[in-house]
Amino acid sequence: MIRLNNIVATYTTTRGEVSAVDGVNLEIPTGKIIGIAGESGCGKSTLLKVIYGDLIYPLALKTGSVQYGFDSFGQEVTTSDIKEYWFKRISYIPQSSMSSLNPVIRINKQFTDHLDPSTDKAKVLEDVRAYVQKLDLPPEAIDAYPHQLSGGMRQRIMVAMGTFFNPDIILADEPTTALDVVVQKGILLLLMGLQEETKSTIFFVSHDMGVHYQITHKMLIMYAAKVVEFGDSDIIFTEPLHPYTRMLIESLPTIGDDHLRTGVSGRPPSLWEDLTGCRFAPRCPLATELCQTTEPEFKEYRRGHFAACHYAENTYQSSEIAILYDHHPQNQSPE
Amino acid sequence: MTIILKTSHLNKVYKLGGFFNRIKINALDDVNLTVESDEPVIISVVGESGSGKTTLAKVILRLVEPTSGSAHVYDRLVAGKGDKPSNREFLNSVQPIFQNPFEAFSSHRTVDTYLSDTAVRVTKLSKTEAVDAMTEALHLVGLDYRDVRGKYSNQFSGGELQRVSIARALIPHPEIIVADEPVSMIDASLRMNIINLFLSLKEEYKRSFLYITHDLATAYYISDYIAVMYRGSIVEFGDAKAILADPQHPYTQLLLDSIPEIGKKWQRKRIALADIEAKEFQFTGCRYCNRCPIAEDKCVTERPPAVKKVDGRDVYCHFA
Repeated sequence: MIRLNNIVATYTTTRGEVSAVDGVNLEIPTGKIIGIAGESGCGKSTLLKVIYGDLIYPLALKTGSVQYGFDSFGQEVTTSDIKEYWFKRISYIPQSSMSSLNPVIRINKQFTDHLDPSTDKAKVLEDVRAYVQKLDLPPEAIDAYPHQLSGGMRQRIMVAMGTFFNPDIILADEPTTALDVVVQKGILLLLMGLQEETKSTIFFVSHDMGVHYQITHKMLIMYAAKVVEFGDSDIIFTEPLHPYTRMLIESLPTIGDDHLRTGVSGRPPSLWEDLTGCRFAPRCPLATELCQTTEPEFKEYRRGHFAACHYAENTYQSSEIAILYDHHPQNQSPE
Repeated sequence: MTIILKTSHLNKVYKLGGFFNRIKINALDDVNLTVESDEPVIISVVGESGSGKTTLAKVILRLVEPTSGSAHVYDRLVAGKGDKPSNREFLNSVQPIFQNPFEAFSSHRTVDTYLSDTAVRVTKLSKTEAVDAMTEALHLVGLDYRDVRGKYSNQFSGGELQRVSIARALIPHPEIIVADEPVSMIDASLRMNIINLFLSLKEEYKRSFLYITHDLATAYYISDYIAVMYRGSIVEFGDAKAILADPQHPYTQLLLDSIPEIGKKWQRKRIALADIEAKEFQFTGCRYCNRCPIAEDKCVTERPPAVKKVDGRDVYCHFA
C-alpha cells in the first residue's frame, strides 16, 4: 500500500501561496498502473512531484506525508527521506526527453554518473546495453549524443533509465504526449510488458483518456487541486460516478462514431478565488443548490470506488443523464 | 466546379549536411491532390512528424517556395511558376492559424492590435470599420470584443487565445483557412469546442479549411477529404469517412490501429518502429517498404503509382 495522507502542496508566488494539491487522502495498492487524469493546472504533475519528494522552492508540502510501503532499517520511508532512494526504489520518466538529457554528454555517461565511485561502471554499462535491447533499441544507441537519436528513441532511453534499476515505484509524467501515435503505442506496449515482468507500481499522468483506457489498472481523476474519483479503470470507463469523469471520457470523438461531441464548456475555477461548495459545480449539468454551498465528501460508494459528488449514486443509475450532457450546461435548469 | 485545392507534382527538397556529405531530403515528393467542389470543404492532412504535412501547409501559405510543381487554391495559382496574385490579394483569400497561440501572439502586445492590423493592412479598412470587423469576427468565435480589447496573451487560456487567432484569420473573409495543428496544444476537454467551431464556420459561414493534424480521430470527425502522408509522399487520399472506415494502405492501417481508443483494447503485439528518418527519405522505392508487413522486392526498387479505386480514392501501393 502507498498511503497519501492529507497532502496539501502549495506554490509560493508574489501574490501569496496557492494550493495546487488540496487535501488528497488515498490508499493506493502496489503493483498496478495507476492513471492520473485531469485538465492542465488540476495538480496532477504537482501530486507526482510530491510523491517523488522533489520539493524545491516555490513548491512546498504544507501538510501531510506519503508512506511508500517499504522501509529501511525498520523505519518506514516517507517524503522526507525518499530522496535517498531516487532511481533505486523510485524513479521518474519526464515528458520531454530533449530537455532532460544533457545534449553535450554521451548517453552512456548519463546512465552512470549518479552511481557510487566504487561501482564497476564498465559492468553496469554492459548490463545497460543488454537491457536497452529489451526496448528494441540497438546497443550502440547508448553511445550516441541525444540529438543523434529520434524522439521515439530518446524517449525509450528515458524509459530505460527510469526502469533499469528495477524500482518499486515509477512516476511517468506524460511520457508519450510529444510522440506520434505509432511510436506512442510501441512505447506504451513496452512499458506494460516491463510492468508485468517486474510488478512495479507506475503512476502514469496523461490527459489522453484513450491512453489511460489502454494501459491503466486504476484511475485517479483530479479537478482543481482535488481528487474527484478513484477506482478500477474497467469500472471508471463503463460506470463513472462523477459527472466530470463522464464528460472527460465522452469529450473526444472516435472513428466510426458520427455522434456529435461537445467538449466540457467553461473553464476550471481559479485557485486564488475563495472556493466554496463543489469546485465543478459551475460547469456541471447536474449541479443544484446543495453543490453551490456544500463541498461533497470524498467517500467510498462501492468497494474500492471513491468519488466526491453529492449525486454520485444518482449519476450511474440514470441513463438519461447522457442526454443532458449533449446540451450546454448553462442551458440546463437544475433538477 | 471550383478547384478548392490542387497540387500538381509538388516537390520540396531540403539539403542537409556539409559540402561532402550532403544529403537531400524530399520533404514533399510528387504530391498530387485535387479537391473540386461547389460547397466549402474541410480537407485534412494527417501524418507523423517528418511526414511533410507542415511543409505542404507552408507551401500553400507561400511561406516556402516549392522546388518544382505548382499549387492552386480556389482557381488561383499560389505557388510555382506563373502569374500569381499579389501578397495582399493572396492574404484576403488564404489565412493561417498556427499550432501554439502563445507563440503566435507576442506577450508584449495586446492581442487586439493583431486583429486591427489585419483589418487595416490586409483588408484596407478604416479604423472604425476595423472595430466593426473585429466585433463581428470575435462574435463568430464566441467572444466579445469588449472582453478582448486591451488584454495581453497571458490573460487568456489556451482555448480562448486560439479562438482569438481564428477570429483574426476570419477578418479578411478568406475562402480557405490553413490550420496547422490548431488543437494539439489545447487541453483534451476543450479541444472539441474548437473543432466544433470549425464545423460551424464551414456550415454557416461557408469557409473551407485545410486541417493539418496527427490526430486521426478529430480528422475523422470534421473532414470531407483526407490525405495521409508518410515521409514526404501521399500514401492514401480521398473521402475521409471511406478511408478511415476501410483503410487500404498498410501505413493507414497501422496509424488507425495505433490510436488509443476507449472501448477497444490494443492487441499486445510488438510493432516495428521507424528507422532513422533520413535513411527512409533516400529510398528509391516505397518509403514504407522496410516497415511494411506485405512488402516484396518490387517495393524496394519501384515507387508505387497512384491506384485509383472505385470510391475515388488514390492509394499509393503496389498491392492496392
